Amino acid sequence: MYPILQIGPLAIQLPGLLLLVGFWIGTHIAERETARYKLDPGLISNMIFIALAAGIVGARLGYALKYIDLYLSEPLNLLALNPNTLSIMEGIVVGLIAAMIYAQRKGLSLLPTLDTLALGAAVFAIFVALAHLSSGDAFGAATTVPWAIELWGADRHPSQIYELLFAVGVTLVILPVRKTRAFSGFIFTLFVALAAISRLFLECFRGDSSIVFGSIRSAQLISFAVMIFALIALHLLSRNNVEMKAQPPA
Amino acid sequence: MNKFHTLVQDTVRWSLVVIGAAIIGVLWIWASTVPAEATTGGFIPSPREGFLAPDFTLESLSGDEISLSDMRGKVIVLNLWASWCPPCRAEMPALQRVYQENKERGLEVLAVNMTAQDSLADVEAFVQEFNLTFPILLDTSGEVGNTYLMRALPTTFFIDREGVIQRVIVGGPMSEVTLQSTVEQLLEGVP
Repeated sequence: MYPILQIGPLAIQLPGLLLLVGFWIGTHIAERETARYKLDPGLISNMIFIALAAGIVGARLGYALKYIDLYLSEPLNLLALNPNTLSIMEGIVVGLIAAMIYAQRKGLSLLPTLDTLALGAAVFAIFVALAHLSSGDAFGAATTVPWAIELWGADRHPSQIYELLFAVGVTLVILPVRKTRAFSGFIFTLFVALAAISRLFLECFRGDSSIVFGSIRSAQLISFAVMIFALIALHLLSRNNVEMKAQPPA
Repeated sequence: MNKFHTLVQDTVRWSLVVIGAAIIGVLWIWASTVPAEATTGGFIPSPREGFLAPDFTLESLSGDEISLSDMRGKVIVLNLWASWCPPCRAEMPALQRVYQENKERGLEVLAVNMTAQDSLADVEAFVQEFNLTFPILLDTSGEVGNTYLMRALPTTFFIDREGVIQRVIVGGPMSEVTLQSTVEQLLEGVP
């Protein structure tokens, strides 16, 4: 855990910096991957930045709507540079919708666009794990295993290290497999499946899970659903592709 | 086409893979079940969200001994500050107003001065200048600053009625809207 990077008089919040660097590298990778899927790199990077910008605006508006009276009396607070007054869920939804509208308008086809993003997303996940390692977030459950680390008042699973290893593992799988060019949507769906399996497995060692139905970790239910959905999608996409190949070109 | 692609296309064999993944998944979820109170910090004292706020006893500017644990049952805004810190200065009026408006609803503000890095005369002048009516606690030994892993001034901890830290805001100044909306969540008991 090393949350602050001190450079002379500057105290930089390392987790935020890591996320920023990861986002930048991920976007750069996505741009380079466009060649493989014959897409315009400019369109992909625009789409990513539009999603980010819309996501931030949506997250602030989502938060402000909950406290509308406060924000109506002081509307300038909508522009505050304070990450605490953001609603994450609303931000994600608005960001996704904005990206979809942009992609639709520019005629980006869905599956190749998603395939382009897969490797970048896998690399970004590595930086998310590094950010967790730096901040001590996503911490592990208390344990007596010999490799436990002392954190937040207990000996815990080094869940951030597990997360890092799995993120690197997923990237190492994606890296060669994406060259096989099996069928449209393959590499993205594979990434989603692997990410869901990782989370489903690793959540067991977390000390901060939210619990539903008395004792079940909610993140596992979601990952389970995503995993099954992705595995079925892999099959459907592959069949689709066969039919496409079987048809003679018009 | 490599083996994996052939497997994915084969309806029967891939169905087996999906069913296998579902069974292992369900078993793993079942193996991972824990009592709801076993996750998050529970009642381990640690200066972070989801954990019990570490207790302390300090003398206030007016000479009273105040313990954090005496305030259990109230929503607490624990603000770490120093008189020489410009953002602390900037957010104090908002803190005072939010305190004034929500005192009756069970809000307590504890402003812990980093007295080890401050002077008592400056603290007194500061409190008078802003007409602060909440308790000003004096951390003369730096004990609370250490326990709360203070890395920047101001740092503000929002503590719920059970004594659990729900939000930590490092740095400032916080606007009145940020303060009020965060306090609102705790007073309403919304997690």
